[in-house]
Amino acid sequence: MSISDMALQQQETLVPEERQPDTPSFAMIRTLAGIAMLSGFLVVLVYQITKPIIAENKRIAIEKAISVVLSDVSSKRDYFLGEEGLILLDADQKESSLEGEKIYAAYDDKDELRGIALEAAATGYQDVIRILYGYDPSCQCVTGIKVLKMAETPGLGDKIAFDAEFLKNFKALDARLNANLDAIQNEIVTVKHGAKTEPWQIDAISGATISSKAIGKMINQSGQKVIPLINKHLNELKHPEKEPGKTSEINPEATPETKE
Amino acid sequence: MDPRPNQEETITLDTFTRGLWKENPVFVMLLGLCPVLAVTNTTMNAIAMGLATLFVLVASSTLVSLLRKLIPKQVRIASFIIIIATFVTMVDYLIQSISLDLYNALGAFIQLIVVNCVILGRAEAYASKQKVSTAIINALGMGVGFTIALLCLGVTRELLGAGTILGFQMFSVDFEPWIVMILPPGGFFVLGAWLLLFEYIKQRKEKTHLNVEGVASHGS
Repeated sequence: MSISDMALQQQETLVPEERQPDTPSFAMIRTLAGIAMLSGFLVVLVYQITKPIIAENKRIAIEKAISVVLSDVSSKRDYFLGEEGLILLDADQKESSLEGEKIYAAYDDKDELRGIALEAAATGYQDVIRILYGYDPSCQCVTGIKVLKMAETPGLGDKIAFDAEFLKNFKALDARLNANLDAIQNEIVTVKHGAKTEPWQIDAISGATISSKAIGKMINQSGQKVIPLINKHLNELKHPEKEPGKTSEINPEATPETKE
Repeated sequence: MDPRPNQEETITLDTFTRGLWKENPVFVMLLGLCPVLAVTNTTMNAIAMGLATLFVLVASSTLVSLLRKLIPKQVRIASFIIIIATFVTMVDYLIQSISLDLYNALGAFIQLIVVNCVILGRAEAYASKQKVSTAIINALGMGVGFTIALLCLGVTRELLGAGTILGFQMFSVDFEPWIVMILPPGGFFVLGAWLLLFEYIKQRKEKTHLNVEGVASHGS
């Protein structure tokens, strides 16, 4: 008799003593299946009810952010910018499987292109910081940032979201393209507090250097990649084909949030 | 072995108030401390987290109590977890539909209500042995007790750490906020202070109780 056989035998003799009063397996399966079905039903029900409301909330949040980073906008169009070129998305289309960046082209009430809002992300002090920034092709500069998500230290790092001095850096941050039109001429960098001398530099918040540097890094990374692409497709963005249902109004009442 | 050794209790005021004071889940039983420490940096977060937990607690206790005769002992924990997870998922969507800012502020802690031991503890130790009405009232008491505890921490931390309550300025402008209070260590400091206060009140009560008893027996 092998050892495993002995172990098996031992187990068999042990099991009957430890066994609970018999419950038929059928009862267990029935209960678990029943509860799982009930659970599925409840979750789907709530999902269906809240789905349009959540989508609406997300839309409002994005529009609010766009009107912070770009001024005088009244409508927007969502595009996908990737290897295959510029693809216009339906206003309510979900994230698709396309490779590339999602960008928001914003127009004023005369349908003139005001600028493009882009998302960027980089690791901050604690977690990834995600921002939306506005790029204005007419001045080739960044026009504003809005922090979408962060977990920076309250009172120090989180100043990047509302410190007026810091946000002034992004009123007209230089992002000119180089002669080959394939990258930004002057790399956007964060410099030590009070050391800003050039229009493409970002003056860091003292005491929040890591968070400030993260903002500079993410704008530079995203800008180096996307701004040349935007430039290539600028005419398409400026004079979009009129397709109904693909332009969404930005509610003028959705005024930018002001935070002290 | 009887799977339900406890007697079904009749509803008294104590069924409800026990969760508020004598068996307060945070201050007395020290259960569910993860959200207590993590999301009480502002009053609003504390209220939202408290109400979300209250809802999950009451709803899951109700369902567990309703199904208590149908759930075999061997699969009870699995059943309870599915029930709790269902209500947590519902709360997750509901909070997203109420406010995305709030949802972002609470972060992963909404989903983590699933493993909050206050809720599983109630289901296992109480709701699975009691009538629906008793279970609901007890869960309400526990939920309110949990919310009050979160609120105690949230108000203190926001007041000291930011000088505001629900975003309203409470002190004059020259108040220098103790930023440490809204950081994780502040959670431990404030929780410790509250526990100290509760224990002090409890001991003093016992002492006076003893004194009164002693005097009474002496007199007779």
